Amino acid sequence: MTGWLDAFWQIVRSTVTDVVPIAVVLFGFQYLVLRRPIPQLPRVVLGFVLVVLGLVFFLEGLEQALFPLGRLMAESLTSPGFLGLAEPSADWRNYFWIYLFGAALGFATTIAEPALIAVALKASQVSGGAISPWGLRIAVAVGAASGIALGCFRIVTGAPLPWFIVAGYLVLLVQTAFAPRAIIALAYDSGGVTTSTVTVPLVAALGLGLASNVPGRSPVLDGFGMVALTALFPIMTVLAYAQLGAWLGRRRRTH
Amino acid sequence: MNFLTRSLKPLLTSARDLTPIVVVVAVFQLLVLRQPIPDLAGLLGGLLMVLAGLALFTKGLELGLFPIGEALAHALARRGSLGLLLVFAFTLGFGTTVAEPALIAIADEAAKVAAQGGLIADAPEARQDYALGLRYTVALSVGVAIVLGVIRILKGWPVQWLIIGGYLGVVLMTAVAPPEIVGIAYDSGGVTTSTITVPLVTALGVGLASSIAGRSPLVDGFGLIAFASLTPMIFVMAYGALR
Repeated sequence: MTGWLDAFWQIVRSTVTDVVPIAVVLFGFQYLVLRRPIPQLPRVVLGFVLVVLGLVFFLEGLEQALFPLGRLMAESLTSPGFLGLAEPSADWRNYFWIYLFGAALGFATTIAEPALIAVALKASQVSGGAISPWGLRIAVAVGAASGIALGCFRIVTGAPLPWFIVAGYLVLLVQTAFAPRAIIALAYDSGGVTTSTVTVPLVAALGLGLASNVPGRSPVLDGFGMVALTALFPIMTVLAYAQLGAWLGRRRRTH
Repeated sequence: MNFLTRSLKPLLTSARDLTPIVVVVAVFQLLVLRQPIPDLAGLLGGLLMVLAGLALFTKGLELGLFPIGEALAHALARRGSLGLLLVFAFTLGFGTTVAEPALIAIADEAAKVAAQGGLIADAPEARQDYALGLRYTVALSVGVAIVLGVIRILKGWPVQWLIIGGYLGVVLMTAVAPPEIVGIAYDSGGVTTSTITVPLVTALGVGLASSIAGRSPLVDGFGLIAFASLTPMIFVMAYGALR
């Protein structure tokens, strides 16, 4: 019991240290620079207490649920018993299920993301209805799905991550040059939307689990990079979707 | 009743974040793997903690951090003192990033992997040092990104310059950085633009852009965030190359 309490206290202490910098910045500037008291101070202090408590529970829950879940799924979907193989294999064609799982996870978490619904409605307004809210949501979700699936594929094959990222940025550069201007800011925003606080740890655990189960891969060299791809791909699919919308609009007008 | 619905709302929001994950995992377990989940009770308990934690966290942000953070960002953006504004921009970027939950999680995981891979000693202190070093590096890079972004808004430089410059920096650093750090570096770029940092930094960008004639809040508020996801890649790779 005391061991558990000690561990809990340890987390609380390190979490307080995490929140101290931002508290110092905000209180410092408020009192020393603006020289104004903080309105509703008790409320603000309560807010900081809740932030610390929330972080403690969240991090502990990650340790007990999201990380094990990601590792477990990676392990069971790549086990030779499940795949019907006699021995572990490094051939990427054997790992169809993990790509499907990654894609399903990316699609489902993104399509239900509240922040994305708000972005989609704004995009529909900015474009004067040329971009439908559902179209954009599906575009972002397809982007996240292909990002995670490709991330899994990359880990299985052990291909260097920089190739994928650098190539992705080059595609983005070209797309940005040709995309309708009003959509660019929103497209870049949609990349951030997919890397939410819950999705990131799960996806990272999935990647690390995958890298430690596929023969010949090491978690240190191959395990990371899923989050980066998950943030990159939605930008591409949204720009492509906007481009398609603009092109179809032009064609409709000329015919 | 009103109080009840208001306090339940964050709980419902975080439940909505977790539902798709639970559904996808359940479908794969039941239809594809056809195996019972080991330690189901532990997992469910953990999920409940994630749920409660996220709810408390967002409620706390709404009560404390966001109101004074946004008011401060607007007040300082309008005050006209460049030095103060830049100090605030840097410390805001740094402070919010240090408290970013997804980054804490990733850094801890990266430290464990580095310890298992023999890059650092496999002791709690060494892991903690590594994770903290990683997080402070990312926080430093976000601070620098916000400062550069603020200068950009003031000078009216086109956003592409910073993005393309940052992109070239990433490519150059990738060539010199040790391969073990590259994956973590790229991932930390996606992690920083998250729960706490985005709303406060956007408030700073929008406040600044709307107080200067000829700047668009939509375009300039966004520029800060896009650049703040490039600099962490550069800085973390530098951290990997130097340590």
